[in-house]
Amino acid sequence: MKVSEPVVSAFQEIKSRAQSHWQELWNDSRAVILVGTATCGRAAGALEVLETLRNEVKKQKLDCPVIEVGCLGHCYAEPLVIISKPTYPPICYGHVNPVIAERLVRDFILGDDPCLEFVLGALEENDLVPSLLDFPRAKYEKKIILKNCGLIDPEQIDHYIAGGGYAALAKALQMEPAEIIDEVRRSKLRGRGGAGFPTGQKWEICRSAPGKPKYVICNGDEGDPGAFMDRAILESDPHSVLEGMLIAGYAIGARYGYIYVRAEYPLAVHRVQVALKQARREGLLGRHILGSHFSFDIRLFQGSGAFVCGEETALIASLEGKAGIPHHRPPYPATKGFYGKPTLINNVKTLASIRHIIENGAEWFASIGTEQSKGTAVFALAGEIVNTGLVEVPMGTTLRQVIFDVGSGIPGGKRFKAVQIGGPSGGCLPESALDLPIDFESLSDAGAMMGSGGMVVLDEDDCMVELARYLLEFTQRESCGQCTFCRLGTKQMLAVLNDFTIGKGKLEDLALLAELAEDIKAGSLCGLGKTAPNPILTTLRYFRDEYEAHIMEGRCPALMCRELIAYYILPEKCERSCDACIGTCTVEAISPNKQRIKVIDQEKCVKCGTCLKSCPPQYSAIVKLSPPSKVPVAKMK
Amino acid sequence: MTAKEDKIKQETRRILKRFGRKRGNLIPILQRVQRELGYLPREAMLEIAQFLGITEIDVYGVVTFYNQFRLNPPGKHSIRVCLGTACHMKGGYITLDAWKRRLGIDLKQTTPDGEFDLDSVACVGCCVMAPVTVIDDKPQGKVEPTKVDGLLLAFGLEKEGKVSQ
Repeated sequence: MKVSEPVVSAFQEIKSRAQSHWQELWNDSRAVILVGTATCGRAAGALEVLETLRNEVKKQKLDCPVIEVGCLGHCYAEPLVIISKPTYPPICYGHVNPVIAERLVRDFILGDDPCLEFVLGALEENDLVPSLLDFPRAKYEKKIILKNCGLIDPEQIDHYIAGGGYAALAKALQMEPAEIIDEVRRSKLRGRGGAGFPTGQKWEICRSAPGKPKYVICNGDEGDPGAFMDRAILESDPHSVLEGMLIAGYAIGARYGYIYVRAEYPLAVHRVQVALKQARREGLLGRHILGSHFSFDIRLFQGSGAFVCGEETALIASLEGKAGIPHHRPPYPATKGFYGKPTLINNVKTLASIRHIIENGAEWFASIGTEQSKGTAVFALAGEIVNTGLVEVPMGTTLRQVIFDVGSGIPGGKRFKAVQIGGPSGGCLPESALDLPIDFESLSDAGAMMGSGGMVVLDEDDCMVELARYLLEFTQRESCGQCTFCRLGTKQMLAVLNDFTIGKGKLEDLALLAELAEDIKAGSLCGLGKTAPNPILTTLRYFRDEYEAHIMEGRCPALMCRELIAYYILPEKCERSCDACIGTCTVEAISPNKQRIKVIDQEKCVKCGTCLKSCPPQYSAIVKLSPPSKVPVAKMK
Repeated sequence: MTAKEDKIKQETRRILKRFGRKRGNLIPILQRVQRELGYLPREAMLEIAQFLGITEIDVYGVVTFYNQFRLNPPGKHSIRVCLGTACHMKGGYITLDAWKRRLGIDLKQTTPDGEFDLDSVACVGCCVMAPVTVIDDKPQGKVEPTKVDGLLLAFGLEKEGKVSQ
């Protein structure tokens, strides 16, 4: 490594300015409030909390900055507020609403009561407040990519730099491109978009490919329903992705970069825009970055909502202003991509890992994880799980540890049924697969795939046939229509699955499904078609009994498929003086009979389940029956 | 040409001034025009095709390929029901039914009074709040049929000027 004086001094200047801003913020005499305002926080009301805090601080004439931060990962407890007050450890509060927010300012910041009743946990070990580090999940979590998320203001480049940001870029600019690629290769980082192609190898191919200019594209087209890792990273720590793109650009000899973000993520779009502007202002983007010979600029491109654009050749087509239709590979984009030039496409998480590899070395990164899969995996936990949110664990952690220890298992004492991994291209794994260590190979052996990291947990009330039907409906709709098997084959499969969920299935259709699945896999050009049958194949493999119940008995064991269930009020349990269900029924299908026992008019009922939720637990008089013919005929009227 | 069509053409031309005449700008142009006009009228698409020197069918092909673009005017308030995996399994389809029932319209339609338009979205990434409905760009968590009624009631009260949102 050669030391480049201009780079060192240019970076030092930026860094010391950032650090002094950071220290100004965290001086010892005042409290600082952080509010998580990523999209998940906003959905839970974080903006109202933010406004209340700001108003209250102003009203009390306090010198106390209120800062917006990204997602801390504890999404189940949103909105989250962190208060750091001198002499106290930084404390994180969960489920904050405007009333609690007002109290936090008055009682804790103005007074001296840390309001322990609202505490989720302190951010560090201390003698006063239980710490988040004592949570069971802390034992498994290893935050590398998510290190900054929820702790810095994503719209302040100074926060990122003060915490060590862009140091890896400064270091990289003093290395030879080949050295960087070697470092990435030795780290054994694999693409986090799902397929797991070795990142270093991709960079090398792109570097040695002839043609100029070269491009770096960040794939933030996180289209899989049930996944929100990339959104959270772009909203919480956008500079980590930009830094990865810059290092990649330098290593492969690119001049331009595009960051492709879904338009459905308006906040991520906004925060990336702000980050780009600030990086340009600091001389970290543009011509002669940090006084070096390296010039690079990044533009933001908003994806217009087509799942297939997550596929790299389709993404490039859409960047070129065309419909996102994939083309045959090879040639791979690394040799012939955007406008026919060598183009490196990496996922958001892959690029966010780069700075840590350059900073801490390949050996450090390669020491985390399993033999074949190094580093950490970021998962978005959703569905029937207590601690929904974002987690980062070393590769090799088992599914059981992620779901039951990190995620605290299934709410309401329900039984675990399956976990859907990898979105519509992934699969549904049953309890027997829970002890699989998470890595690229073991998941694909089980019929699922790593995918981009969406993990939707399902319990006994979720129907596997309906889930398979839903996922296929999604891929069927999103198929670009180019390959016949993908376009028509998925439609045929969907028709069969639709029949199953309304009780019109035939047993021989199961064989037809398997046959179609194989044909679609073989006859499709891109990943969308090749993986579309996965959810059906895995559910057939692990939950065949549910398919058979639908077909042979017209019964949905999970009581979910609406055509196969009926809501029924047990007359012996219904309380005469209670009218809760009548009031909540959205279609006025419930009325009392002469004995004031409530009865559901099955003709009118739309099976929305509102009545069942409204029936007071001491009566629990409403049940779901499947098949619907179980409802006693005399009571139908 | 009607006055309305003429106005759309003028507006589109004004927006196009910000862009260079290259094909790669097609999607950003469409996004910008939709953001300002609310949808992509026929006249705007014709203008764009002419501006970029590409055929009209090329523009139409791209518009209809992507989920983001709409061909008819939006309502005053947009209702987007999330149908991601987590939302679906937690009853997003039931929520969608409730919206359809209450608004009396189907997906991708606008109510006759021009107040609401209804659409679904593949996933807004707020899976932890499932089922989610995005109303005027604000994600609302745990939207079940009763909350649909509550949200509509709030809109009604707001319209009558009784409360502000």
